[in-house]
Amino acid sequence: MDRKERFSKIKHLYNRAGFGLSYLETEQLSRRNLAKVVDKLLEGPTIPDEIRIQSAEDNRRLLREQQELNARKDQNEAEKERKKAYLRLRNQKNQELNLAWIDKLIHTGYPLQEKMTLFWHGLFACRSETTYFAQQLNNVQRRYALGNFRTLLIEVARTPAMLQYLNNQQNRKGRPNENFARELMELFTLGRGNYTEQDIKESARAFTGWMYNRDWVFEFNEKVHDTGTKTFFGKTGRFNGEDIIDMILARPEAADFIAEKACRFFVSDQPQPAHIKEAGRRFYESGYDIKALMRHIFTADWFYAPENRGNKIKSPTELLVGLSRTFHARYADPKVLIRLQQNLGQYLFNPPNVAGWPGGRSWIDSSSLMLRMKIPSLVLNDGEIDFSGKADPEEEAVIAVSRAAVPSRGKRKSFVNAEVDWAAFTRDFPKDITPAELAAFLLQVQPAGKVMSMLADNKGLRSTAIEVASLPEYQLC
Amino acid sequence: MKRRDFLKNTALATAGAWMVPAFLKPLEALAMNDLSGYKNLVVIQLSGGNDGLNTVVPFGSDIYYQKRRSIAIKPEEVIRLDDMQGLNPNLAALQEIYDQGWMTIINSVGYPNPDRSHFRSMDIWQSGSDANQFLSTGWIGRYLDSNCQTCKFPYTAIEVDDALSLALKGKTKKGIAVRDPAALFRNTNEPFFKRIAQQEKEHLDEDNLGYLYKTMIETASSASYIQQNSKIYQAKAAYPASGFASQLKTVSRFICSGLQTRVYYVSMSGFDTHVNQPGQQGNLLKQYAEGMNVFLKDLQANNRLDDTLVLTFSEFGRRVEQNASNGTDHGTANNLFVFGGRLNRKGLFNAAPDLADLESGDLKYKVDFREVYATVLDKWLGAGSNQVLSRNFSTLDFI
Repeated sequence: MDRKERFSKIKHLYNRAGFGLSYLETEQLSRRNLAKVVDKLLEGPTIPDEIRIQSAEDNRRLLREQQELNARKDQNEAEKERKKAYLRLRNQKNQELNLAWIDKLIHTGYPLQEKMTLFWHGLFACRSETTYFAQQLNNVQRRYALGNFRTLLIEVARTPAMLQYLNNQQNRKGRPNENFARELMELFTLGRGNYTEQDIKESARAFTGWMYNRDWVFEFNEKVHDTGTKTFFGKTGRFNGEDIIDMILARPEAADFIAEKACRFFVSDQPQPAHIKEAGRRFYESGYDIKALMRHIFTADWFYAPENRGNKIKSPTELLVGLSRTFHARYADPKVLIRLQQNLGQYLFNPPNVAGWPGGRSWIDSSSLMLRMKIPSLVLNDGEIDFSGKADPEEEAVIAVSRAAVPSRGKRKSFVNAEVDWAAFTRDFPKDITPAELAAFLLQVQPAGKVMSMLADNKGLRSTAIEVASLPEYQLC
Repeated sequence: MKRRDFLKNTALATAGAWMVPAFLKPLEALAMNDLSGYKNLVVIQLSGGNDGLNTVVPFGSDIYYQKRRSIAIKPEEVIRLDDMQGLNPNLAALQEIYDQGWMTIINSVGYPNPDRSHFRSMDIWQSGSDANQFLSTGWIGRYLDSNCQTCKFPYTAIEVDDALSLALKGKTKKGIAVRDPAALFRNTNEPFFKRIAQQEKEHLDEDNLGYLYKTMIETASSASYIQQNSKIYQAKAAYPASGFASQLKTVSRFICSGLQTRVYYVSMSGFDTHVNQPGQQGNLLKQYAEGMNVFLKDLQANNRLDDTLVLTFSEFGRRVEQNASNGTDHGTANNLFVFGGRLNRKGLFNAAPDLADLESGDLKYKVDFREVYATVLDKWLGAGSNQVLSRNFSTLDFI
């Protein structure tokens, strides 16, 4: 394999498995054996890397205070103010959590771990108004991002965020709530058509007692657990939740289901059934070892096939994080990143529903595309923001307490106020790189000749880079 | 290149020079005498869950006053519509509209197994799904997919906003978000974007890159279509100074200019009134009513009201019983307003919600919101609702 091809493979690998890699690092890695590069990529930190913007104690204190307040029959003015303050604080904390993750995504030394966390974030899609719960779920998804899928699944199912979101907290003996059992099979492991309504009913009973306690910590509650016999997938026994998960994972369809999701996320919007089957088999044989699945994908010939390069539309997160990494951007007021996420249609921690973000072409409409093409000039060239944006439905309560009325929708002119470290950006490239070479590196799909010659007309890396990042081609990875 | 220059220059002088492939060429705006009979739908979303019971007040019900000790609207303040129901006094500006026969109130609109989360319920309303179904397209988007005459152009459905809601996203076709036509036009006419778009006709393949280029060119061509054609009409009516009213003014300008747009989408925010509801909701309702009053009369003055149908909905209503903070928490079924110059059923469409017949403290729905959608699709937009909603819903007779 010639050097150019190895270079381009490493570039592709890091675009998909991470959020891009600098030119010089790409060059260094392309001298190494690809399998070894993949092995290195699969390594996570030895000490778990967590987001900790809210502590368990703070969370308990806040929730208690809230419970007490809500228990009052009538609130006096001071109490009403406390409630308003709580709503504002909650919103602020949720934004902080979002930004803490964005910061990690941009600056992590373990790009695949973060990319996998993003993958699980979309697969086990969940919203929680309680910052601590959302943070905890995110940390669980990060900790087991490249671990064993069974462990990940069980740990996710036991987070208060998921117990609340899919109503397992209300799932009790004699009064089953089927929400979790249904999504477990439909969205987390098997997909429609691989189970019956009866399977849902019976397995819901097995998950009774999976609850969090009065301190908001998971604790199996024997008192509400249904110990009776259940018939699931044709077998009868006194199954509990873990038995059900084992019976689901005993079916190769579950491995294929996750393999398909992974191929869609990392390889192509339309992955080849043969490749999915192959990756699914490997995953199944490994006993659901996520590393084994990802190693298989990243070392497969088809992963590097021309039709699988430069053909995926970047998610808003990939676009924002990739751009910030490549250009060493820092944001004076990172809240602007929240506005961008909302307007681009991927507000982390706020998926549209439990099915996650549909991805692919659904990211693109007139407005989101125009904004995407404008972002480079906003971030890299102090461009003016001429949109006010749309609130997430969950923020309505804060809107309602924060102002007397809807503000006039006039133009609020503002800037992103990003600081771009151009010196660092330039250092990432060889000194003699030409505009055309820079464009070829920043893009995964080569633009047509005329655009190329327009880009090549530029003087200097900086103006070339801004133009390149503003192209439709830059939306692909 | 100078800092701050790039992508900020405007090129109004050379506007319209896009090389638009013939199949993407926009239609002309309708001439004034062709305008008559061109039906428009305007959807207004009240985000946050508007409290329907304090909007259309069941002042004839004792239960209402028992459950809402401190936030109920007093009987003497209600604008009476019949012996049972009346409007919140902040909706005074709607009385004239109501009396003209331009307004219908449909009570108890909802869906089975209601979800009390904002985003999920909004998702259900916008996609037109069942409570346990997850669709990644919206009901208006699927109307665009169904190949109506002008559906290939994004401006067939315009959202007056910066970002496009799920409601307007179809599988293959999407509407366009335009808050300010001039700004969108400027953005798509950045010299840099124009240059790349002009050169890239060969990229219009079926792959993702082709999709991006096609979207870019369609956006530009829709932006110049909207900008050029909406210059024709300048609103004479005096709209109030609220953000909501200015969105309505934009819609009126588009409708009266003869844009070949079928659906307009507008939203208004801030209805999630958990604390101190009366003042907050009162303000919003006042803005809403005053904006609507001017908007509808503006359309009437331009002979467009007969061809316009306006729906106003919110993702859910609120609990019957107030909370401890002088507010209300998330509920279920709600009322929905229909406006237009040619309504078949005017005034109160159905009975007030039965406050004695609740389900865990919440109203039971009587009309599925998709029956309202089906009615609009079949009887107003002339599209097959069973295709768009992927099943048959009965239609109602308000139009």
